[in-house]
Amino acid sequence: MGSGGSRAAQIPDADRIRRETGFSQATLLRLYHRFRALDSNKKGYLSRVDLQQIGALAVNPLGDRIIDSFFPDGSLRVEFVDFARVLAHFRPIDDDTGTRDPKEPEPPNSRMNKLRFAFQLYDLDRDGKISRHEMLQVLRLMVGVQVTEEQLESITDRTVQEADEDGDGAVSFMEFSKSLEKMDIEQKMSIRILK
Amino acid sequence: MALPGPSTMFLLLPFDSLIVNLLGISLTVLFTLLLVFIIVPAIFGVSFGIRKLYMKTLLKIFAWATLRMERGAKERNHQLYKPYTNGIIAKDPTSLEEEIKEIRRSGSSKALDNTPEFELSDIFYFCRKGMETIMDDEVTKRFSAEELESWNLLSRTNYNFQYISLRLTILWGLGVLIRIALAFTGISLLVVGTTVVGYLPNGRFKEFLSKHVHLMCYRICVRALTAIITYHDRKNRPRNGGICVANHTSPIDVIILASDGYYAMVGQVHGGLMGVIQRAMVKACPHVWFERSEVKDRHLVAKRLTEHVQDKSKLPILIFPEGTCINNTSVMMFKKGSFEIGATVYPVAIKYDPQFGDAFWNSSKYGMVTYLLRMMTSWAIVCSVWYLPPMTREADEDAVQFANRVKSAIARQGGLVDLLWDGGLKREKVKDAFKEEQQKLYSKMIVGNHEDRSRS
Repeated sequence: MGSGGSRAAQIPDADRIRRETGFSQATLLRLYHRFRALDSNKKGYLSRVDLQQIGALAVNPLGDRIIDSFFPDGSLRVEFVDFARVLAHFRPIDDDTGTRDPKEPEPPNSRMNKLRFAFQLYDLDRDGKISRHEMLQVLRLMVGVQVTEEQLESITDRTVQEADEDGDGAVSFMEFSKSLEKMDIEQKMSIRILK
Repeated sequence: MALPGPSTMFLLLPFDSLIVNLLGISLTVLFTLLLVFIIVPAIFGVSFGIRKLYMKTLLKIFAWATLRMERGAKERNHQLYKPYTNGIIAKDPTSLEEEIKEIRRSGSSKALDNTPEFELSDIFYFCRKGMETIMDDEVTKRFSAEELESWNLLSRTNYNFQYISLRLTILWGLGVLIRIALAFTGISLLVVGTTVVGYLPNGRFKEFLSKHVHLMCYRICVRALTAIITYHDRKNRPRNGGICVANHTSPIDVIILASDGYYAMVGQVHGGLMGVIQRAMVKACPHVWFERSEVKDRHLVAKRLTEHVQDKSKLPILIFPEGTCINNTSVMMFKKGSFEIGATVYPVAIKYDPQFGDAFWNSSKYGMVTYLLRMMTSWAIVCSVWYLPPMTREADEDAVQFANRVKSAIARQGGLVDLLWDGGLKREKVKDAFKEEQQKLYSKMIVGNHEDRSRS
C-alpha cells in the first residue's frame, strides 16, 4: 500500500552520479540530505553564501580556497552532481586497483586525482604551475598576521628551490607529486564515512 | 418513483426538527465535556490522567507503524533512510600540531630531529578538515530539526513517509479541531481576564486574582497543545527576587513554565496578536517588556532588571539566555547579561521528547502562527522539566564563567550536549578570533623552528 517509495528516487541522476563517484547508495543519500540541509532557501543548488555559513569552515584558514574549489570557472551555483563530484575526491581508495581496466578514466579518489585536487588549491590561475607568488599567497592565508613578510619569503624561496627540478622558478604538477611520493596521500586526503 | 434526494429530505418537517435537535444536543454534550474535563481541572490544577493514557496508546501505534514501514521497504528492496545522531563521518580527535607532524613524518625522508619549517604537504591537513566540515558540522546539525530513528506518523519528521490509513487521519483531524477550539478559549480568557483584573485597585486581592487568572489560562493552553509535562524536583521552584533561567527550544517553553509557577516575563514588544496579549498581561502584573531599540542598550536592560529583582515582593523573572531557539539536542552559549545582575539564579532544564512532535521553532523558516499550527497538528508534546537547585555567583568568578557553570548544569540534567558555539551563528558569520587561533598554532610550527635554528 502507499505510493511513497524511498527518497533515493528523488536524487536527480542518481545512477550516473553513483557510477562516476563510486559512492554507495546509502552514502549518496546521506550526502543528498546534507546538501539539502546546507541549501538554506531550498533553491535546489548551493551558493557561496551557503558554504560560508558553515562556522567550522569559516575558521579554517584555507576556507575560502576550499569553497572556491566547488565553483570552478566562475560559476555561481553548485548542483548536487558537482557537490558529489568534489567530495568524491575524498573517498578512501578502493582496493581493486589491480583489477581495474586501465583504459577507463581514473576514479576521482585515485592517488593522482587527490594530489591534483591539493595542487589546485595552490595553483590559483590554473596554469599548471605553482609560482613563487602563489605559494606565498597560500602561506599567508595559513599564518595570517603571525609571521613577517621576510620570514614568509625565505620560507617560500626554500620550498620552491627544494621542489623545483627544472629550474624554472615554479613547481609543476610533476615536481609536486615527486616531492610527495613517499606521502601516504590515501590516508591523509580521505574521509571515512560511517555506514 | 424516484427516491427523494438529500435536498428534498430537509423540506420534510419531522426530519428538520430532528436534525436541529441532534445538533443542539451534541453541542451541549461537547461543551459539558470541555467544561468538566478541561476548564475545571485547569482552574484547580488537577489532572484526570487522560493525556497520559493517550501518550501510552500513541507509543504503541508508533511502534506498529515503524515495523510496517520497515517490512514494506524490505519487500521492495528499497533503501530506508536511517538518520544517525552521531554524524556521518568518522572523526579523529587529534590536534592541529599532532596531525601536521604525522603528515610530515610519513612523507619526509629526512631525520626526525631536524624538523623542516614548512612542507608542501601541510596543506592536506587544512584541506581535509575543511571538507569534513562541509560533509558534517556540529552547528548546522543543531539548527535543523532533530532526525528521528523511529517514525511518528508525521510526514515532516521522516523522509520515508507513506500513507498508512484513513482512520488514523480522521482521528488526527478531530484532535486538531478540538485543540484549536481550546487554544482560542485559552487566549481570549487570558486577554479578557487580565484586562479585567487590571482595573482593580492594587492590593493583595488583585495579586491573588491575577495569579490565578494567569495560571488558569496557561493550563488551558497546555491542554490545547496536548502537552504532557513531567515536573521534577518541584521543591526547587524559583522564588521571589530570583531569576529563572532555562534553555530555549520554542515559545511554548514559556507556557510550560508559566503553567506551573507565577513569573514576571521579560521580552521584546511584539506586534500583532502577541502585542495584544503582552499589553493585556502587563495590566494585571508587572512584566518587563522592552522596545526593540531598548534591547540593544545593554545598560538600560540591566538597570531595569536589577530594579525588578531588588524588590523582594516582585515575582521571579523568566529569562532565556541563549537568545534564540536551538533544536533541543544541545545548549549553546549563554549571553552574560542576566548573570551580571547578581541575583540568585534558579536554573531549569527543559527537554522535549522528539517522538511525539518536533517542538523546535526554526524562526528563519516559519512565522509564529505557522509554528503554532504545526504544534497543534502534532500528536502531542511530551516534555520533562527539571528544577535545579539555585546557584549564585561566587566571589572569584566573573559573569561569563558563572553563565557557563549554569549552562553546564542545565545541559547535564537534560541530557543535552554542551556546545561552545554562540547561538547567534544561525544568522551571522562567525568571528575571526577563532580563525586567528588556528593561524597562531600553525605559525608556531613553521616559525618557532626557524628561531631555534637561527640561534644555533
